[in-house]
Amino acid sequence: MIGNLPYLVVGIIFLLGLYAVLFEKNLIKIAIGVSLIEASANLLLIVLGYRTGGSIPVFTLAGKVGKMVLPVPQALTLTAIVIGLATSALMLSLIMMLYKHYGTLDVREIRRLRG
Amino acid sequence: MYSLSVIVRTICDVFAWFLAVFGVYVIIHGHLTPGGGFQGGAVVATLFAFLLVAYGGKKFIPFYKSNLFSWFETVGLLLFIGTGLVGLGTTFFYNFLAGQGGLFGSTVPIGPNSGVLNSSGTIALMNMAVGVEVIGGLSLILYYMFKGIRLYEESGSEETGHDR
Amino acid sequence: MSWHVHLPALVIAVPLLGAFIAPVASMLGKVARNFWLVGVSALTALLSVLLWQQVLTSGTAIYVMGAEAFNLSLPSGMSLPIRIILEVDAFSAFMAVVGSIAAFAGALFSTNYMERFSGLDKFAALYFLLTTGMLGMVLTGDLFNFFVFLEIASVASFGLVAFWRDRPEAIEASFKYMVVSTIGAMMILIAIAFLYGRYNAVSMAAVANALRLGYAEKIALVFLIIALAMKCGTVPMHMWTPDAYTEAPAGVTCLLIAVSQASLYGLFRVCFSIYGASLGSAVVPWTIIILGVLSMFIGVSMAVVQKEIKRLMAYHSVSQIGYMLLGLGVGLLALSDPQAMADYGFTAMKGGIYHLINYTMYKGLLFLTAGALYYAAGSRNLNDLGGLARTMPYTTFMFVIAAAAIAGLPPFNGFVSKLLIYESTFAVYPILSIMALVTSVLTLASFVKVFQTAFLGPAKAKLAQVKEVPPGMLLGMSVLTIVIIGLTLFPTWSLSNLVEPAAKALVNQAGYISAVIGGGL
Repeated sequence: MIGNLPYLVVGIIFLLGLYAVLFEKNLIKIAIGVSLIEASANLLLIVLGYRTGGSIPVFTLAGKVGKMVLPVPQALTLTAIVIGLATSALMLSLIMMLYKHYGTLDVREIRRLRG
Repeated sequence: MYSLSVIVRTICDVFAWFLAVFGVYVIIHGHLTPGGGFQGGAVVATLFAFLLVAYGGKKFIPFYKSNLFSWFETVGLLLFIGTGLVGLGTTFFYNFLAGQGGLFGSTVPIGPNSGVLNSSGTIALMNMAVGVEVIGGLSLILYYMFKGIRLYEESGSEETGHDR
Repeated sequence: MSWHVHLPALVIAVPLLGAFIAPVASMLGKVARNFWLVGVSALTALLSVLLWQQVLTSGTAIYVMGAEAFNLSLPSGMSLPIRIILEVDAFSAFMAVVGSIAAFAGALFSTNYMERFSGLDKFAALYFLLTTGMLGMVLTGDLFNFFVFLEIASVASFGLVAFWRDRPEAIEASFKYMVVSTIGAMMILIAIAFLYGRYNAVSMAAVANALRLGYAEKIALVFLIIALAMKCGTVPMHMWTPDAYTEAPAGVTCLLIAVSQASLYGLFRVCFSIYGASLGSAVVPWTIIILGVLSMFIGVSMAVVQKEIKRLMAYHSVSQIGYMLLGLGVGLLALSDPQAMADYGFTAMKGGIYHLINYTMYKGLLFLTAGALYYAAGSRNLNDLGGLARTMPYTTFMFVIAAAAIAGLPPFNGFVSKLLIYESTFAVYPILSIMALVTSVLTLASFVKVFQTAFLGPAKAKLAQVKEVPPGMLLGMSVLTIVIIGLTLFPTWSLSNLVEPAAKALVNQAGYISAVIGGGL
C-alpha cells in the first residue's frame, strides 16, 4: 500500500460509475454503472480495515502475532456485496421486461411517465 | 439455447459434481476457513449455470424442478429464523450451543491448529441454513431469467385486473 | 418482566417470521393466506403499541442481540459496545406505532384489492419484508444495521412497485426508482465507512460519544443528509415519487409512505442524536429549511395540474414532506440556544412530529380511497370519473375526512399540526410561514377539484354498474379513519402523550448516549 493510493482508486471508480449512470443511453450500461458504484463502496470498507504488517484475523492466532487486520469491515463488506447482488439481479430482470414491453433499450425512448 | 459441442459437455460432466462438493465444503467449513453460507451457495449455483450453458435450455428446463428449489429456499429461511428464536429465553440469536459439548459445542484450542469442525454452535447451523437458502434462491434466479427469454416466442397469460 | 424486555426484538422478528412462512401458508389456500396476512400485521401493531407503552413508563429500552443478558452492552468493562444494539427511545416507539398501523391498514385493504391477480404468495412475503425493513430502520441503534434494513425495505419495495408486470409504466417506474435509490444507499454506505474509519465503531451511541467535527465528518454528514432526503421524496431528488407511488398497488403505497417516514426518522436521528451539539454553524438547519420550503411549493404546484388521481396525491406527498422538514429544521436551528428552543424551537419540533403521524394516517387513507375508486370504476383519470357519491357513500365519507385533514381545515388533526408549524416558523422568518399558508390554500384547491370531479356532479352512463367496494377494503380504510377521528377528538392527549415525549427524546442527545454506554456490568 502506498500512502493514500487505495482511497484515490475508490474515488476514481465511484466517479466512473457515476459518469456511466448519468451519461450513458443504454440501460445495461446504466446497470453496469450502478455496479461500479457498489464496487467502490465495498473497496472503501475493506481498505479501511488494513493495518500495516497485520496478519489474518484468525481467533486461534491471538497472542501469537503482533497485530491483525480488522475483521469487522470484512463482515460489513460481505453484507454489502450480497445486497448488491440482489439489486443487480432485480435490475437485469426489469431490463428484460422493459425490452419486452417497449422494444428498445434506449433510455430516451422509455418516457411514458411524464409531467 | 442449443447444446454445445461434445468437448464442452464432457468437461461439464467431469467438473459439475466437483463444484457441488466444493460448494458444500465451503458452506460447512464457514467458521474455520474463508467462505460461509453465501459464498458456498453461490458456488453451488454456478453448477446450474454450468449445466445450462453446456446442455442448452431444451434439456435443462425439464431437468430442473423449480418446486424442489423453492422448498430449499423456504426451509433454509425457516431454519435460520428458528435457530434465532430458540435462544429467545436469553436473547434473540443467542448462541446456546457454544461450549456446551454437544452438537457443534466443543471449545476451540488457542494457538495455531488445523481447526475443530465441531465448534461454534449456532453459527455453523446458521451457515448451513443460509447455504441451503442461497442454493435455492440463486438457481431459481437463473432458471426464471432464462425462461424469461422465451417470453417472446410463447405468449404467457396476461393479467386482466387492470387497464392494459 | 420476562417477556417485556424482548419486545424490541419481537417487533422485528414477528413480521420476518411472517414473511418466511407466507409461501407455506399460501399453499393451504386463499383464506389461509389472507388470514396470515391480516393476523401477523395485527400482531405486529399490537406489539408496537405494547413497546410504546413500556418505553413511556420505563424510559429508553435497549436490547443487545445475542448477549448473555438483554442489556449487556459493554461486557466485562469494554469501552465500546460490541454487538448489534436495538435502542428504542420515545421517538422510535412513536414511529414504530405509526408504521405498524399503516401496515395493518394496507394489509386489510390488499386482501380484497389484489384478488384479481396471481402470484399473491410472493406479494404477502414481500409485504412482510417491507414491514420488517421499516420497523428495523426505526428500532435500531446501529448505523450499519440501519443501512441493512433500509436496503431490505428498498429491495422489497422495488419488487412491489413492479408487481403489475403487464403494465409497462409500472416497470419503468420501478427501474427509475431502483437506480436512484441504489445510488443513494451506496452514498449512505460510504458515509458509514467514513465514520467507521474515524471512530472504529458503527454503533450510533458510540459514534455520538466520540464525535469531533472534522473534514471527514462533514463529508459523511452531507452524504447522509442527501441520501436520506432522497429516500423521503424531497425536491430536487423527488422525481421517483410520483412514478413509484402511482404505479404501486394501493395497499403497497400506504406502506411505502410509512417507509419514507422511516427514512425521515433516520435523517433526524443523524442530525439530532449523532451530530447534535457538535453541528457548529447554522448551515445544515438552513439547508433543511430551504429544502422543505422548495418541496412544499414545487410539490403542490405540480399537484394542482394533474389529471390522474394517484399522481396528484403523490405530488401532495412531496409537499407534505416539506412541512415536516420545515418544522424539524427550525427545531435543529434552535438546538444550540436554550432560549430559542424554549421560545419557538420546541413548538416547531412538536408540530413536525405531530405532522408525521397525521400525514401517514390521512395520506394513507387518501391513497386507499384512490385505490377503491380504481377498483370500482376501472379508471384513474379524472376525465372518466363523475358522480360516484351516490353509489359509494362510505368511500365518499372517508375521502371527505381525509381531504379536510390534509387541507388543514379546523377541527381536524391537520389543522393542529400546521398551526404549530406556522406559529413557530413565524418567529424565525415570517416569509416561511407565508409560504406554508399559501401551500395549504393550494392543497385545499386541488382536493376540492378532485372531490367535485370524482364524487359530485351528474352520474355518467359508463359508470352505471359501479357498486360499493368489498368489506375488506372498507375495513382497511376505516382503521385509518378511526385513528384520524381519534386524533381529532383528543388533540391535547395526543400532544402530551404521543408527541411531547418523542420531541423530548430527540433533543436529549446525552440520554441517548448514556442508555447504551452506561449499560452493562
